[in-house]
Amino acid sequence: MTDILTKPTQDTGREGGAETGVFVAPGRPGSLVSLKPRYQNFIGGTWVAPVKGEYMKDVSPVTGEAFCEVARSTKEDVELALDAAHRARKAWGETSLTERAAVLNKIADVIEANIPMLAVAESWENGKPVRETLAADIPLAVDHFRYFAGATRSLEGRTSEIDKDTVAYHFHEPLGVVGQIIPFNFPILMAAWKIAPALAAGNCTVVKPASPTPWSILKLAELLEDVVPAGVLNIITGPGAEIGKALASSPRIAKIGFTGETTTGRLIMQYAAENLIPSTVELGGKSPNIFFADVMNADDEFLDKAIEGLVLYAFNKGEVCTCPSRALIAESIYDEFMGRCLDRIKKIKQGNPLDPTTMIGAQVSTQQMEKITSYVDIGLQEGAQCLIGGSRVRFDGELADGYYFAPTVLKGNNKMRVFQEEIFGPVLAATTFKDEAEALEIANDTLYGLGAGVWTRDGNLAYRMGRSIQAGRVWTNCYHLYPAGAAFGGYKISGVGRENHQMMLEHYSQTKNLLVSYSTKPLGFF
Amino acid sequence: MNGPRAPERVVATAAAVKAIEGLVAEHGPVMFFQSGGCCDGSLPLCFGEGEFVIGSHDVLLGTIADCPFYIDHRQYEAWKHTQLILDVADGEPEGFSLGAGRDHHFVIKSRVFDRDELDALRPA
Repeated sequence: MTDILTKPTQDTGREGGAETGVFVAPGRPGSLVSLKPRYQNFIGGTWVAPVKGEYMKDVSPVTGEAFCEVARSTKEDVELALDAAHRARKAWGETSLTERAAVLNKIADVIEANIPMLAVAESWENGKPVRETLAADIPLAVDHFRYFAGATRSLEGRTSEIDKDTVAYHFHEPLGVVGQIIPFNFPILMAAWKIAPALAAGNCTVVKPASPTPWSILKLAELLEDVVPAGVLNIITGPGAEIGKALASSPRIAKIGFTGETTTGRLIMQYAAENLIPSTVELGGKSPNIFFADVMNADDEFLDKAIEGLVLYAFNKGEVCTCPSRALIAESIYDEFMGRCLDRIKKIKQGNPLDPTTMIGAQVSTQQMEKITSYVDIGLQEGAQCLIGGSRVRFDGELADGYYFAPTVLKGNNKMRVFQEEIFGPVLAATTFKDEAEALEIANDTLYGLGAGVWTRDGNLAYRMGRSIQAGRVWTNCYHLYPAGAAFGGYKISGVGRENHQMMLEHYSQTKNLLVSYSTKPLGFF
Repeated sequence: MNGPRAPERVVATAAAVKAIEGLVAEHGPVMFFQSGGCCDGSLPLCFGEGEFVIGSHDVLLGTIADCPFYIDHRQYEAWKHTQLILDVADGEPEGFSLGAGRDHHFVIKSRVFDRDELDALRPA
């Protein structure tokens, strides 16, 4: 009986049942995900070995063990990728919008047809729960390509009648070849956020995935070999200090797009300045999630939603730039509301990310684990009170060396470093406020301005808060929704530029103005 | 200026000093900048000297093995009640930083200054 139950099937790729079974890890018999021992760079529509022949190990945070190797590229490989992109640039830039949109829609179709495979690959490489990749990461990537396929066709140039005989025409023209650097927290979705608008606007791109997650996007590239024209999309893997720098500082790119850490964002802008090219940088955050007293006016569906809204700090293990990592709770409801939230946090199921019932998986790397641990340590040194969690979690068996950290809540005040710095882990810093003015003051007392959440049954209050919080996205009575079509980006040191919206096409286009005179009369100056 | 008994704002373990000496021997002088949030952030980033352009508002926290260690002025305000301890840990750096020797990266540990130390750090 056990044999039958645990026998994986080729169709579902799961052990222990077609609906609820645990997905088989990539490369193992019955898995949805095939695995090669070694992956090369994706350049010019084909697989190209790194010039110096070096490779690096890719470790799964689920087990702490390396599962394959990817190219450890050098600046020579960056040049190869740029060569391929430049060869493709003219033809792709001149491809009709009909055809470009068709390619983007085809990418979406291919991803959609492979959602379970890509979801398992990304979960295994990143440590995020497969229920998130199945329901959010990969379907959102599909929709993102479709959104930009439509957005680019609906984007119109403007014309101005300067006077009766003089007309200003404005055209969008591709920038050419762009560089894009992707973070590790959503290896496929964040790549889609960047690749879709770049390609839609007629650019060719060289993409560098994050060092901890270079492989899952290569699994996507395998599906796109015959879908995207050769050289339009190129992916090279390797260390940031070597190829990230070589790409961002290259005089052969017309733009650099970056999502990642704030100081590196500054470095990227510095490289862009050296070449006088534009950059879009989406950086850190320390987002406040504000709960006004009236959320507890009734014990109803909305209260239930608000409690979930607080617990969303544990979404994707807290490895989200918009993680609602500061909970500001009205003093009058704090005890009761936090009690309800802690009950919910206790029910979070942590474990193997490939188990579809797992709610929180593994942190992406040992470096992240160390950082989270050191932040909890300094929080306690500063006098914060640990309400739940606070330490690494050890499992038995295959997960024993995985990177698991318990969902944690620290109570303290906004001057503590755990309230001021992005921990990038499942650690919530909670505090209270007396009134609306204090809530706003604490919300804005941060270097960052990426996201925020406001929870209240009072629409006027929600509007006032939303307009006064210095952040690029204020979720109102919701959190962690990322639909295509809602502009996303930072205030303050959280970045420059917006993603996820048609306006992104402007970030990836030049403006060409033709100023045309339909008059035959000379000016008369000479 | 800080008082004479003021503690260092940034110090290093012996392993970190040894790693820096190795880097300097291999690459020439290096510099550090304490990074901020997101992804591989909150780590000390190590660059070849001059690789990262220091702005007029950045704060020089101190020097480690003759290498300058900087922090953003806004971040300094949030961190200044703590001492930073530069150390090394296993694994290559995930971002743009130079490593701390083969298969190692630099990390920061923090210690909250006690009352006497904070008094000594207060501008005279």
